[in-house]
Amino acid sequence: MKILVTVKRVTDYERKVKISPDGLSLVTEGMNFVPNPFDEIAVEEALRLQKAHGGEVVVISIGHKDASKEIRQALAMGADRGIHVIAEELDPDAVARLLMKIVEEEKPELVIMGKQATDDDANQAGQLLAGYLGWPQATFASKVEGLDSEAEKAQTPGVVIAGGEATVIREIDGGLETLKLKLPAIVTTDLRLNHPRFASLPGIMKAKKKPIKEVPVASFGVDITPKVRNVKYAEPPARKAGVKVADVAELVNKLKTEAKVI
Amino acid sequence: MSNVLVVAEVFEGALKKATLTAVTFARDAAQRTGGQVHAVVIGQNVGAAAEELAGYVAAVHVADQAALAQPTAEAYAKVIAAAAKACSAAVVTAAATAQGKDVLPRTAALLGAGMASDVLGFAGPEGFQLRRPIQAGNVIATVEVTTAVKVVSTRPTEFEAAKATGSKGTVAPLAVDVGAVGTSYVKFAKVTSERPELTDARVVVSGGRGLKEAVNFGKLIEPLADKLKAAIGASRAVVDAGWVPNDMQVGQTGKVVAPDLYIAVGISGAIQHVAGMKGSKTIVAINKDAEAPIFQVADYGLVADLFKVVPELTEKL
Ligand SMILES: Cc1cc2nc3c(=O)[nH]c(=O)nc-3n(C[C@H](O)[C@H](O)[C@H](O)COP(=O)(O)OP(=O)(O)OC[C@H]3O[C@@H](n4cnc5c(N)ncnc54)[C@H](O)[C@@H]3O)c2cc1C
Repeated sequence: MKILVTVKRVTDYERKVKISPDGLSLVTEGMNFVPNPFDEIAVEEALRLQKAHGGEVVVISIGHKDASKEIRQALAMGADRGIHVIAEELDPDAVARLLMKIVEEEKPELVIMGKQATDDDANQAGQLLAGYLGWPQATFASKVEGLDSEAEKAQTPGVVIAGGEATVIREIDGGLETLKLKLPAIVTTDLRLNHPRFASLPGIMKAKKKPIKEVPVASFGVDITPKVRNVKYAEPPARKAGVKVADVAELVNKLKTEAKVI
Repeated sequence: MSNVLVVAEVFEGALKKATLTAVTFARDAAQRTGGQVHAVVIGQNVGAAAEELAGYVAAVHVADQAALAQPTAEAYAKVIAAAAKACSAAVVTAAATAQGKDVLPRTAALLGAGMASDVLGFAGPEGFQLRRPIQAGNVIATVEVTTAVKVVSTRPTEFEAAKATGSKGTVAPLAVDVGAVGTSYVKFAKVTSERPELTDARVVVSGGRGLKEAVNFGKLIEPLADKLKAAIGASRAVVDAGWVPNDMQVGQTGKVVAPDLYIAVGISGAIQHVAGMKGSKTIVAINKDAEAPIFQVADYGLVADLFKVVPELTEKL
């Protein structure tokens, strides 16, 4: 089975991004970039499904020319080949419509994407793609077995494929929901789906020879004018500085008499 | 084309309170577009929820069908798009709950509309620029949706629940043929709890890896939460470890909470966690490491061994 996986290059989520003095842009120079963590989970799930069912795992990144590094990293984990659409930062809608073109050409049975990117936190691209294609979707894929379980150690996929359908367990408000999707379908990953593997040294060596097709964004003939434009950036309001209390008695006293919350 | 359509969320026949927070945003939006607030209620046997919502909006469109008994994005997005067209909506909005996050972007695709996610409010008294958090809440972006129809999901903690208008809106059935769908619903494993809902509680007690073991969650966090009639939250670390159910995760990629009192026990305060709780009115942090970043957002910090002070706190309250 052919699986497409998307990988976005994002600023390191351990570091705070700075805002330019005029508030019109984010300062990313000098920042470290990493693959979006949810996308690494997507790559891992695809590799597990490939092991169980055969086929091919194709990694797509749409973005900066340096995103080839993030594609290469997915190839080092074990994916077969990459497609790199070189573009400036796009809105999720443009990304989804570009992905639709790639899906139409590649004809995968499953597309696995991260539920959100840790930079713009939009949580849209997978659902948009599913909407444009008219495919079934299961967002926030998880599993019942925990990340400490035997199933996880054995690298068992959380998504179950059988009889042309994918069974997906979803993390939603109030519990876990199970859906069955007719393939082809879109799945987006949540944190508890798996622990992504690290690339092995032989994996890294092999990845150097794996093909990455570079495609300029203009060649798709897709209108990428943003439907959502970021016009300004600002720091969130800071919380006023707090105090350290000496002991439990002082804490209880402050909560009762100062904060008046108990 | 100026109406604002609110997508209602109904669970086990009852209207979710988060929907009323979306109504508050919708009223503000309708002032700006010069239209009325409409709502769409989707499901099976949702008549009571529709009647209730009619007390808050000008018109309720009800899609009540067996095929819609379960909220699958594939079917619901079709209904919402049809409702948006039927009422000439300029804005389609819902609370950014798990269901809202799942279905609204798909709806945006069907409408060819741009969407702003997890919106905190308008940027100014006029116009339609919106504020939304990005980068784990470290940056607030002002955004503009450039399409004629705008889709907006709103962060429930940022809006008061709307009050009833005092008059009753119209309630009318919405006929939609959802056609063939490739999604089938299998089951829902509900986490049952006697506690208040995490996103709606006045007090939240959250535990982190500092608790060392799952059993300590039960020994220390639960009695404290009982005493305060609090909901229980957790950091990602302990959810990943399987100590507590997934839907207790507070943070950038979990639940956003803003209670009157948030008590973080043995939580370091990673930016991803803080993103989900820094809107709380009063924050208490208990951590043995005086340098832990959680103290930067805490109103009251207690540098201490949690195994000693949490039982003491439970007792003294
Ligand atoms: C993509 C992504 C998304 C994420 N989303 C979220 C999210 O939504 N929510 C979230 O919470 N995290 C999230 N994280 C994880 C986050 O980065 C942190 O790893 C996590 O919050 C740490 O959990 P913790 O504070 O419980 O554990 P730790 O960071 O290990 O902190 C444990 C704390 O306990 C203290 N402690 C230990 N023993 C004691 C004692 N005896 N008494 C008192 N204090 C003690 C320590 O000093 C320490 O500060 C995300 C990470 C990524 C990469």
